[in-house]
Amino acid sequence: MSYIEAVDLKKTYTPKGASPVHALDGLNLEVPQGTVTALLGPNGAGKTTTVKVLTTLTRPDSGTATINGVDVIASPERIRPMIGVSGQYAAVDENLTGFENLDMVGRLYHLGAKQSRVRARELIDLFDLTEAQNRPVKGFSGGMRRRIDLAGALVMRPPVLFLDEPTTGLDPRSRIGMWEIITTLVGEGTTVLLTTQYLEEADQLADSISVIDDGKVIAKGTSDELKASIGGQRVELSLVSQDDAAAAREILTRFGSTEPAVSLDGRGFTVNAEDAPAALQLILTEFASRGIPLYDAGMRRPTLDDVFLKLTGHTASADDAAATGTENTDAPSSRKAQK
Amino acid sequence: MTATIPTPTPNSVAASPVMNWLNDGWITTRRNLIKIKRVPDILVFTTLQPIMFVLLFTYVYAGVIDIPGSTYAEFIMAGIFAQTVVFGSTYSGSAMAQDLKDGIIDRFRTLPMSPSAVLVGRTNGDLLINSISMIVMMTTGLIVGWRINSSPLEALAAIALLLLFAYALSWVMAFIGMSVRSPEVINNVSFLVLFPLTFISNAFVPAETLPTPLRVFAEFNPVSALVQAARELFGNTPAGSAQSEVWTQQHPVLTVLIGIVVMLAIFVPLAVRKFANISSR
Ligand SMILES: Nc1ncnc2c1ncn2[C@@H]1O[C@H](COP(=O)(O)OP(=O)(O)OP(=O)(O)O)[C@@H](O)[C@H]1O
Ligand SMILES: [Mg+2]
Repeated sequence: MSYIEAVDLKKTYTPKGASPVHALDGLNLEVPQGTVTALLGPNGAGKTTTVKVLTTLTRPDSGTATINGVDVIASPERIRPMIGVSGQYAAVDENLTGFENLDMVGRLYHLGAKQSRVRARELIDLFDLTEAQNRPVKGFSGGMRRRIDLAGALVMRPPVLFLDEPTTGLDPRSRIGMWEIITTLVGEGTTVLLTTQYLEEADQLADSISVIDDGKVIAKGTSDELKASIGGQRVELSLVSQDDAAAAREILTRFGSTEPAVSLDGRGFTVNAEDAPAALQLILTEFASRGIPLYDAGMRRPTLDDVFLKLTGHTASADDAAATGTENTDAPSSRKAQK
Repeated sequence: MTATIPTPTPNSVAASPVMNWLNDGWITTRRNLIKIKRVPDILVFTTLQPIMFVLLFTYVYAGVIDIPGSTYAEFIMAGIFAQTVVFGSTYSGSAMAQDLKDGIIDRFRTLPMSPSAVLVGRTNGDLLINSISMIVMMTTGLIVGWRINSSPLEALAAIALLLLFAYALSWVMAFIGMSVRSPEVINNVSFLVLFPLTFISNAFVPAETLPTPLRVFAEFNPVSALVQAARELFGNTPAGSAQSEVWTQQHPVLTVLIGIVVMLAIFVPLAVRKFANISSR
């Protein structure tokens, strides 16, 4: 049995005067002990609702959820001592200082006065908030507030950690710092469920990824499995001049296995290919023989972005310029993923 | 951020549920005390406003309103006490709504704390503010000529009754605050409801001087019972005042006690249950 288990969770919201929203529609989830599972999904997919159900904040309409065998819905009071939570929106007391916030959380975990103070100080150091610790949170920047909230989740070193978009709004240094903290904790046996909009984050941290859409898991597996599941490699190239776009499209359609996707500026093209190296060679020869100048050309494996866009139905199609644009801007991270 | 994580903190010191409950109540109360310290407007408002009321009423109306067998200063103080503590209890409403808005409630709800603790801390905060207001008002009252004409024990009972009534009302307001979820709406609505309630009463003029429809309302108004109870216990009832026909006015202390018990019996469980199922966003 997995450490965190959710079976067939359903939750419907019925806003006044609007049609019902199926936030969770039969969601299943399993997180083994000491591993990281990432929830990926578009806005409104049900990620936050899942986290809220598992952290005792919201009751599902139906379905079951257990953490370490304890029923989340029937015994929330037995769940709370073993979870650390940082929600999508920072849950901090605006009038208390950073230190006082963490101290209060420690006291409410019943760590005792001395331990709570010691722990608050440790976390202030860990999250680089030393200068700000004695100022009321009211005056904190968004990222500082976020860090105090993340620190709040770690106050009693919980065996299970729920992090809803933990690094949204953090600067790159803090984000990498947070990744290191999570990795260290997992190394010590902590079980983590996190949601993220940064696919690189899921790639780096998660042992398993669940892609959710419309309140259901639509795919799951390791990052590599998911990438493999959508198959093939990509040939990418960009033109020097947009005037050659029609010719480029014709060539790529001939040698690729899908319709080429075009970037926003109309000069970048991506196409799937079964045997990418061979396809690339043929394509480059054709471009050379026609004398079409190229700015850049290469191939890459599918990235999590491709997986995400394909699975959640916002697939890049030839005329869907917006989606292709997204694909293009993520080129740097995709190169890293190749290593 | 550095990646080194300090040595593990041992988990919770084992303690009895009662000790934990007391701890949780104290920690959430302390949170509200820090807020009072850090947002001094609340304290300034709660001390200056009653002083202003005492001075305004005693000096502006003293010459206009004639209280047979007593002075206006003696008559009016119980009314000002009641009005002030009743308004003081509305902070719980707006503060709970604000906590929901800020999201801090979600943090509390995921902690292994007693589900009543946040409400206990909140209502304690109101109680403290009201206690401070009482001291300020009584001091100001004594300066402008108000006198306690009863035994110290009765005077203490009057103070306790006023504070307890407001405390029970704080729980009602906390429940409303969690239901309405908007601090602004809470402030406006409590103003709209409580102003007529405190003014159409015997707080500032003897009820029998009011025109009939208002007099009937005033006699059944719970605020009138509170004012009457405080007035009797402080020994401030004008000597020749007319005996009311209404039971609640004849037995004001008992009426207020019943009111306190009823409010607490209904709204403590309601508010705790509401809190246990609420989430910020
Ligand atoms: N309290 C609520 N009342 C009404 N509808 C809600 C409520 N909470 C969530 N929803 C709806 O449920 C759906 C799932 O929301 P949820 O917050 O779980 O999405 P998410 O995957 O976390 O999205 P995001 O990436 O934007 O954070 C959305 O359509 C949302 O509008
Ligand atoms: Mg969300």
